[in-house]
Amino acid sequence: MESNFILELIGNNIWAYLVTALIPLIFVVVYALVAILGELKIASWVQDRLGPMRTGPWGIIQPVAEVVKLLQKEDITPRNANKPLFNTAPFIVFTGSFAAFAAIPYSSKFIPADINIGVFYIFAVSSFTVIAILMGGWASNNKYSVLGALRSASQMISYEIPTCLSIIAIAALANSLSVSHIINAQSGWFWNWNLFGGQGPLYKFLFIPFTLVLFLVYFVGSLAEANRNPFDIPEGESEIVGGYHTEYSAMKFAMFYFAEYANMYVVSSMITILFLGGWNSPFGNFLNSPIWQAVWFIGKAMFFVFVQLWIRWTLPRVRVDQLMHICWKVMLPAAFVSLIFISLLGVIN
Amino acid sequence: MSEVKDVSVVLGQVPTQHMKLNVGPQHPSTHGVLRLVVELEGEIVVDVYPVIGYLHRCFEKVAEQHTYTQVVPYVDRMDYVNSMNNELPYVLGVEKMLGITPSERIQAIRVICAELNRIASHQIAVATFGMDAGAFTPFLYLFRDREKILWVLEKLSGSRLLYNYIRIGGLMRDIYPTFKDDLRDIIKTIRETNAEINNLLNNNKIFVERCANIGILPPDVAINYGCSGPMLRGSGIPFDLRREEPYLIYDKLDFDVCVGSGTVGTVGDSWDRNWVRMLEMEQSLRIIEQAMEMIPDASEDVRAGIPKRIAPKGELYSRAENPKGELGFYIVGDGKPKPVRVKGRSPCYVNLSVIPEISKGYMFADLIIILGSIDIVLGEIDR
Repeated sequence: MESNFILELIGNNIWAYLVTALIPLIFVVVYALVAILGELKIASWVQDRLGPMRTGPWGIIQPVAEVVKLLQKEDITPRNANKPLFNTAPFIVFTGSFAAFAAIPYSSKFIPADINIGVFYIFAVSSFTVIAILMGGWASNNKYSVLGALRSASQMISYEIPTCLSIIAIAALANSLSVSHIINAQSGWFWNWNLFGGQGPLYKFLFIPFTLVLFLVYFVGSLAEANRNPFDIPEGESEIVGGYHTEYSAMKFAMFYFAEYANMYVVSSMITILFLGGWNSPFGNFLNSPIWQAVWFIGKAMFFVFVQLWIRWTLPRVRVDQLMHICWKVMLPAAFVSLIFISLLGVIN
Repeated sequence: MSEVKDVSVVLGQVPTQHMKLNVGPQHPSTHGVLRLVVELEGEIVVDVYPVIGYLHRCFEKVAEQHTYTQVVPYVDRMDYVNSMNNELPYVLGVEKMLGITPSERIQAIRVICAELNRIASHQIAVATFGMDAGAFTPFLYLFRDREKILWVLEKLSGSRLLYNYIRIGGLMRDIYPTFKDDLRDIIKTIRETNAEINNLLNNNKIFVERCANIGILPPDVAINYGCSGPMLRGSGIPFDLRREEPYLIYDKLDFDVCVGSGTVGTVGDSWDRNWVRMLEMEQSLRIIEQAMEMIPDASEDVRAGIPKRIAPKGELYSRAENPKGELGFYIVGDGKPKPVRVKGRSPCYVNLSVIPEISKGYMFADLIIILGSIDIVLGEIDR
């Protein structure tokens, strides 16, 4: 187990596995707090205002205040809701996003679970959330929730296809679905990243247009999968109030919120793994020790979290039929064509 | 073996149950307390039925209990984002009944106030329209600039929204010394921000796709329903009361009547209505620039013309171009200090009545866009 330094430190026993499981949980909680503050501050920076300034210096403990506030709120279950489904949905949505963290690497010395189908696993469990959203939306017994849940189901299932195609293309390029294999195949300088055609002879640069298309397809698809703007129609506030989480309050609402932020990190780290060389330093062996690798990986992933926030506060929302149009008539053909050419490159390599 | 039943299903004609959705009175996009009963087939709007009256404050009855001067603050509260323009038709009507014509300085100040408030009102319209489409940032940019206008109007009248500034026969008080500098500052800021809003919102591909060809209001339908303001001009009819029936000093000012031209879609779609508002903001700035030069430097007692006793006799319909359309008051006086009857003709009310006509067959998300493009203020619809 060269990919888990904790096993090397403590030995192959139950405590080592507990610690291995605990680190992602702590990471998610800290990340969510940072991301909430980031959302507030980036939104206010985009919108020419200050954002929270009263809670602590520059408002940095505002996310803690928000969590405490949500904990204090009354937990309301609508009278005619389907209680078992209504109450389990928030936990399933969080389980789905948190389960993905098991296979998300931090550095070459710490991948909580280095399974040989890691990318597939992350992709599979993170699409789990659609079940929970459908459950919650339907069980709320609210028309807005049902509309939001149905929109969400159709959107997430549709967008899984083009994103899946771009994952297949990368898997063909790296000859593997394992996270560590895909990342190791991109080691070296940044022109070895899959975004620039991966490792290979010079003619791989001819394939850059296709990898760029795949990158865009994956990025746009992941925005839709994480229900982020401009594809946030399942919770489009101005149309269907809150969408599937209209009836949720207190910590159950916080769970949905939390899962959304966790999902943002999951899709961002997937982009990092698939296209941006994962934990590899962009400059060859410069600053490429395991600790720096964690910095590079989290930095790259957080950059894409930032891009998602930036897009959210800039663009309007698309309509349901336009969303489907983009998916089936633009992204899917583009992804197919790119897949064919990237597979060709994989065969030549 | 059970008998096989012969079930014939014609594809595309499977009967489905329509869903009735109650949008409002508490809904993020109904711009107040409007309630829309929407019948949906999937996401397609089959029928819309607006229900109003949640903000009814008996304006017309209250006006009968108060003197002519005391009605002015109530008029302010009709379209509460647009008080200066509300005061104009009422005050002009009473002045006409009394046979008073205020001096040119007062008229120029009134025009500037009205146009400033028109810009503020259009800013809210464009901002909330963008928010209906899901763009939150332009909303805050426009509200930031609107604040500058509100500061100037607050310096003039003492209040931010409900001014009670235009009085029968005059004004509440004269302009303050740095008024013109503030106006120049506002004109510069608004031109800069509107260019930015055009980049960020109005010419945004997603936004254009959302608004173009949505909620098309043909010119004949617009006339039949009695639409006015940007609703009517968005459909390509250059009807503006400032030009057709000039009041105050509008006949001496040079400005264009902006109409929708179907730049990105069809004439009279939601994008055109929004675009007309953007263009009108620029025209209002031009009007302010010209009217500013008409204010004489010498100060004047703007309260001198206010009559001691206001008790007109007769009846008349007075109208003016409000940012939302034609706002009119039918005033009946019998020679006593209190009006016998004040009837308000609300442009938002008339414009809203067209929504069932133009929103059928579009998707539910489009209905929100159409409603946003009408630019309603419930305070005026319900009165």
